[in-house]
Amino acid sequence: MEETKKTGGVTRREALGTSAKGLAGAMFVAGFGKELDVAGWLFGKDAVSKPAYDPTKHMYTFLFDISKCIGCGSCVRACERENNVPPHHFRTWIERYRVFGEDRVLVDSPNGGHDGFEPDPSGEVARKAFFVPKICNHCEFTPCVQLCPVGASYRTPDGVVLVDVKRCIGCGYCVQACPYGSRFLNPDGHVASKCTMCYHRITKGMRPTCVEMCPTGARRWGDLKKPGDPVAEILATRETHVLKPELLTKPHCFYLGMYKEVR
Amino acid sequence: MEGSGVGFSYPNDLHIAWGVMIVLYPYVTGLVAGSFVVGSLYHVFGRQELKPISRLSLVASLGFLIFAPVPLLFHLGQPMRCFNIMITPNFSSAMAAFGVIYAVYFIIVLLEIWLVFRKDIVMNARQNRGILRWFYASLALWTYDVSDESRKLDHKIVVVLAAIGIPAACVLHGYVGFMFGSVKANPYWSTPLMPVIFLTSAITSGIAMMVVLYQILMKFGGRTIEPDCVQSLCKWLWLFAILAVTLELLEIVCIAYERSEEWVVIGTLLSGKLAFSFIGIQLVFGSLIPIILLGIVVLMRPYLTNPLRNTIGFVAALFLLVQVLAMRWNVVIGGQLFSKSLMGFREAYQPGLFEKEGLGVALLIFLASFVFMAIFNRFLPMYEKKENGNGTGDGAKTGFTERREAAKSEEARG
Ligand code: SF4
Ligand code: SF4
Repeated sequence: MEETKKTGGVTRREALGTSAKGLAGAMFVAGFGKELDVAGWLFGKDAVSKPAYDPTKHMYTFLFDISKCIGCGSCVRACERENNVPPHHFRTWIERYRVFGEDRVLVDSPNGGHDGFEPDPSGEVARKAFFVPKICNHCEFTPCVQLCPVGASYRTPDGVVLVDVKRCIGCGYCVQACPYGSRFLNPDGHVASKCTMCYHRITKGMRPTCVEMCPTGARRWGDLKKPGDPVAEILATRETHVLKPELLTKPHCFYLGMYKEVR
Repeated sequence: MEGSGVGFSYPNDLHIAWGVMIVLYPYVTGLVAGSFVVGSLYHVFGRQELKPISRLSLVASLGFLIFAPVPLLFHLGQPMRCFNIMITPNFSSAMAAFGVIYAVYFIIVLLEIWLVFRKDIVMNARQNRGILRWFYASLALWTYDVSDESRKLDHKIVVVLAAIGIPAACVLHGYVGFMFGSVKANPYWSTPLMPVIFLTSAITSGIAMMVVLYQILMKFGGRTIEPDCVQSLCKWLWLFAILAVTLELLEIVCIAYERSEEWVVIGTLLSGKLAFSFIGIQLVFGSLIPIILLGIVVLMRPYLTNPLRNTIGFVAALFLLVQVLAMRWNVVIGGQLFSKSLMGFREAYQPGLFEKEGLGVALLIFLASFVFMAIFNRFLPMYEKKENGNGTGDGAKTGFTERREAAKSEEARG
């Protein structure tokens, strides 16, 4: 239910924005809009002045710097709060990789890294260790969208893969189809759920919550269509990797400092 | 619900998305396709020895067909929106084809049954009075013409329908296999062999169901079990069981031999968490034993008495029905026991008994098809009344001597 309410909230707010504009226009014609700014007072400053959001003018992408992630889990907790993610389900999560000896790899993600990570009780020292933030890759050729029988999963023109919670029948096919384990069936509402790239925020010019809350800047987010965007700059000039490239899903989530052990 | 598991699983992979209902769904559609195909062996290919099951197979196919979508409805998180599949289908999805394929196939089966039973319907309409008469008359669409010419035309259409029905049944079930075979995220499912495997095992289960149902119906109706019919069914069953099992093994052998990344997890799965249901039930109990039993029936025909053959066939068919169910389970549940990280497993899945997607409901849905068949049989009997029975007394007690005689005459024919 929470899920429905939340996403419903996005559309409601957008609807509010439009009616605010209509109302403001009417007031302007009446001749007292400017002086009193009733609409601005009622709906907030930018409700009136904000230009309409045009999704075709953007192409968003995530960029994670593995060397900077400290596994604190702030992002996971922030996402949970922002998007009402049910317990033990994850729109984003953190994995810890530890490599011992020749090639013994230990990976864990206790409660998705929600509460951070405990030190290894054995005290054994790893040869290398690192944290990998994971999230929906917002793939360009998405298996999840391809397989959704009712077209409830879709990809927006600005590169975000979303679920229409009012149309989803909760078949779970997309959960099977996602190679990255980014989707789950929400126990509240019984529909598919996943990272929305905080679409309700980014369409208002804000950054996704996890990016906002990351204390080290390991999570970055940018717009490939914005001239001079720093993330676009890095993607154009430096070595970056994606997860499971062999599946040709064309993820829009890139990694700096990738290790070969990462799955 | 917090899950845990062995190794490393993506945290969302600790929940299971598809349960018993998605095991039952391909099982029931398999029975639909399978029974139809056996029936067509008589209707299209004129295998006279299969005449005794020609009507049964059609009615069974319809019975299973009616209840095939029910497990899906129980599975959906939002069943009230199920018609979205037909209203706003996404044509790049295999699952979206369901509506169209199901509807087409339903029409074919219904038409064929109507044509096959038309004479009976008209007879009933003529013999009955009152509401029953009206009921049968409406079933006959108020067309009482059962002259020889019209029956001939009926027959021609039946042949054509059955001929269209075979590929339709193959599509109906092949597409279920495709639904799994096309999930590239899951290396255990993702193989072009999947639709073929599903199809052959569907036909296997359909024939096995005929062997079992036919014998039970004959026993309780007090009629003679036609030895030729059982013999022929056993022969086809043997063939398709061998085909199905070979293909199932071939898939595993290929993955194992290629030794790619996924084998680490699939191999561990098959010899560990799935050992009982895969090696024990699917391979030994469900494949090896019945294939040997059916081999005996087919290869040692002259040495078997009718009751012995019937019993062996019956047992082998029951085992094969379990095998196909186990195979569905191993594919659907087995494919979800490992994480897509290919590094870990979730805890074994244990369905509840009384929940919405539990074993109890699954069993009820499965049994509902048989209830439908019984009701159908009440209004339009699939077998003429005691045609071959000994006529006097309680037919159910068909004497041993009689069966011996039948066996002898069978032997005499070689
Ligand atoms: S990561 Fe998964 S959920 Fe996200 S777009 Fe790709 S396939 Fe779909
Ligand atoms: S669960 Fe919903 S979004 Fe996912 S495939 Fe089914 S209908 Fe589409």
